[in-house]
Amino acid sequence: MSTALKLTDLSKVFPVGKRLFGPPKAQVRAVQPVTLSVEAGETLGIVGESGCGKSTLARMLVGLLPPSTGTIEIDGQPLDNADPALFGRKIQYVFQDPISSLNPRKTIRQIMEAPLRHLHGMGPSERAARIAEIFAAVNLRPEFLDRYPHEFSGGQAQRIGIARALAADARILILDEPVSALDVSVQAQVLNLLADLKQKFGLTYLFISHDLAVVEAVSDRVAVLYFGSVVEVGPADQVFAKPRHPYTKLLSESAPVVGRPLTAPEGRETELPDPLNPPKGCAFCARCPNAGPECRDQVPPLTQQDDGVWTACFHPL
Amino acid sequence: MMDFLRLLARNRLAFAGLIVMGVVVALAILTPILPLAPPDVTNTANRFQPVLSEGAWLGTDHLGRDLLSRLMWGTRLSVAVGFAAALIAATLGAGIGIVAGFYGGRTDNIIMRGIDMLMAFPYILLALAIVAALGPGLMNALIAVAAVNIPFFARNIRGITVGIAHKEFVDAARLSGMKDARIILSEVLPNVIPVIVIAMSTTVGWMILETAGLSFLGLGSQPPQADLGSMLGEARSALITNPHTSVVPGAMILVIVMAINLLGDGVRDALDPRLKSGALSRPMPATKVDRKTIPYQGDNTDDSLLNIRALETQFHVKNRVYRAVGGVDLRVAPGQCLGLIGESGSGKSVTALSVMGLVASPPGVITGGAAYYKGEDLIGAPYKTLRALRGDRISYIFQDPLATLHPLYTIGDQLAEAIRVHHPVSRGEARARAVDLLKSVRIPNAESRANSYPHELSGGMRQRVGIAMALANDPDVIIADEPTTALDVTVQAQILSLLNDLRRERGLAIIFITHDFGVVAQLCDHVAVMYAGRIVEHGPTNDILRAPAHPYTARLMACVPELGQGRRELAAIPGLPPMVDQLPAGCAFAPRCDMASAACKTGDIALGTTQTGRAVRCLTPHTTAPVEVEV
Repeated sequence: MSTALKLTDLSKVFPVGKRLFGPPKAQVRAVQPVTLSVEAGETLGIVGESGCGKSTLARMLVGLLPPSTGTIEIDGQPLDNADPALFGRKIQYVFQDPISSLNPRKTIRQIMEAPLRHLHGMGPSERAARIAEIFAAVNLRPEFLDRYPHEFSGGQAQRIGIARALAADARILILDEPVSALDVSVQAQVLNLLADLKQKFGLTYLFISHDLAVVEAVSDRVAVLYFGSVVEVGPADQVFAKPRHPYTKLLSESAPVVGRPLTAPEGRETELPDPLNPPKGCAFCARCPNAGPECRDQVPPLTQQDDGVWTACFHPL
Repeated sequence: MMDFLRLLARNRLAFAGLIVMGVVVALAILTPILPLAPPDVTNTANRFQPVLSEGAWLGTDHLGRDLLSRLMWGTRLSVAVGFAAALIAATLGAGIGIVAGFYGGRTDNIIMRGIDMLMAFPYILLALAIVAALGPGLMNALIAVAAVNIPFFARNIRGITVGIAHKEFVDAARLSGMKDARIILSEVLPNVIPVIVIAMSTTVGWMILETAGLSFLGLGSQPPQADLGSMLGEARSALITNPHTSVVPGAMILVIVMAINLLGDGVRDALDPRLKSGALSRPMPATKVDRKTIPYQGDNTDDSLLNIRALETQFHVKNRVYRAVGGVDLRVAPGQCLGLIGESGSGKSVTALSVMGLVASPPGVITGGAAYYKGEDLIGAPYKTLRALRGDRISYIFQDPLATLHPLYTIGDQLAEAIRVHHPVSRGEARARAVDLLKSVRIPNAESRANSYPHELSGGMRQRVGIAMALANDPDVIIADEPTTALDVTVQAQILSLLNDLRRERGLAIIFITHDFGVVAQLCDHVAVMYAGRIVEHGPTNDILRAPAHPYTARLMACVPELGQGRRELAAIPGLPPMVDQLPAGCAFAPRCDMASAACKTGDIALGTTQTGRAVRCLTPHTTAPVEVEV
């Protein structure tokens, strides 16, 4: 297998309290330097809670946000240009909210034609053929093409969003919470469709979600994000079943599971660290049951454990 | 377009404005071919002829020119200049606003500070300055009026554009390879045009007035050319002796501006999506009740606190009837937690809101059933009774605490207010109880946190405040509508265990609405599954999760991935839930059910009881337990 997508030290810093002249008042590090690689044909799940930087990471990967540091490589070639059109042919994005990612004043045909025309410069007959092919692949009826987005249910709109991403003919898809706005019965339809498409077109997925069960059901490997950095990466069946990082353990114990008694897995007063005033050492240290003195002073590096899982922890479980 | 006209016609004043404006514009267009006297030919022998004199219906002015003719030509000019100025101001202002809003940052800052400087001058002074610099003349007056109105459009459009530029479809267009200029023209502009039209329709009248003002001062149209402002200006000296010369153009200005403003208001109401969806109609304090019979409470053997019987709630929108809740029976006893599970649109929230008459009316109508609280029917109870019970005996926790807490009051004040509404206690005492409540939902540093505003708290903390608010008056029943859906899993676990403790400590009855089986399994004793407005299965949580009897329950559970089951294909349910305004006959799930027979699609299916004592609305319920779920 070859590496489809490789990130090296990718990070993002947002200025806070901009001034007309001079430096901003403060800086927030939304994503700490992240190094990850995704194999061709693999699904890498990225989980984390709100504010952990998953969406910022995804937007950097498709060129919607310029990274502060680091590089992105696709199929071994670096992508330095901040032009989304260049990204668009190699890597595409499926949005969380299917309805708001479709312009309410355009027909589905106009929406579908945009990537074909602007990324690939196809003529009208070529476009029509390609759209018909993609619509067949995502189980949408051709008569939908002349309707407007508000006429569709969430599940149908998300299929259209996926169809648009496929139209760009990119091999890598970033799926940013693609099913969290959908009802559970529809959610399963879309997840199964994504699995089919991956088989059919040989796609590589980066699947971002806050729902551990969904990530586990679709991913080959999982990366856990906390406070902007990767704290654990490993095979999907291992990460949640045998977590090595205390935060992953907390996450998997917090997920409601049928048959597990209700317990609060941690004290009720805990809060996330303040991004404007980040802790010096491990960001999870204040919530961690086995934090030692070194955790407060140093950031633990991501290291490989004996079972092959990578964990950023001085005291892995 | 027809829809737009129909909406406009609903507003009678706006429709009258439309007719008047139509007549004025038609006459102005027809002026050159109408048999009128030449407007600029003077005849001083005939000056100051009164109204209705021969050959001049509206009389003549100080130079003996025919007033009717001058009025028509003047109106033509004034209206044309007003519309032209509005069009120019709208185009330039919208262009500036879109560029500023789309690019944001420094571009926005520089452009908008420039606009602010323009706005800092009184508009008439600015217009005068522009005309003074350019010299008098109708064209220059037009430029001045347009320039003065650019900031209004720029500010308005910039605000709208900022919202649109951050929408996901703009990002999607970027990823489709579009360049900025194309995105502005093909993605942003079509979404801004309605706002531009609204802004224009409300300002055209104003611009006609401003042009008339400049002409009145002699800076607009130059003699002998007539426009409404210059006619007024020329008639000023004869105001006392020959009032008709100033009344005629004055009345015309009044008519035009009134008509345009009425029409503009109507256009705004018709185009504004918020107003279209009925935000202008004031909801009633309690849901409208229109029921034929009141179901009997039944034998209250298990001391249920809240006993909902055959509840039916509908939404009447135009000619359509949406049967959101179609006959729901539920009961909860003290200390019990009942889970109400279903997909969006299944009617679970409407059921909960109907109990206290909180469904907005119009369009909501409770068309049947009863909700007995301690034997007293709440449906159709007087507003005073409902108000005394709302938040006191029966309280709600909603999904989004940021939307339910008032952003301008501290959480301590809001809690104290909730207490004082129902109990005559002093401010200090209410405050002390508020702090106690914050402590009871485990908010750290409750004393200082009571002085925080909602936006200063995290999502989990805000939902704790929401729970504290629900607990404020020690209620008997709490109805929690997806209280943890918007929260992260670690926070959700904290909130759920808090609710669980509270119900055990205080003997609360909880109705917990959710779409998550895991949450139901952990918190609820009983669970009712809703589909298309009706309960399809009802029973003890463990039994239902171990062996769902209704095909819908079974398949819904199968399509939810659960942690610990690894990578797998999910058993999706094909199709979509039915629309509740066109429910199929028989079982609503039949079109998606692989066990459906012809009998399922005819006639009403009752909520029957299986041998195992579970209520199921199905002709062929599952009787054997699938083995996948371990409890």
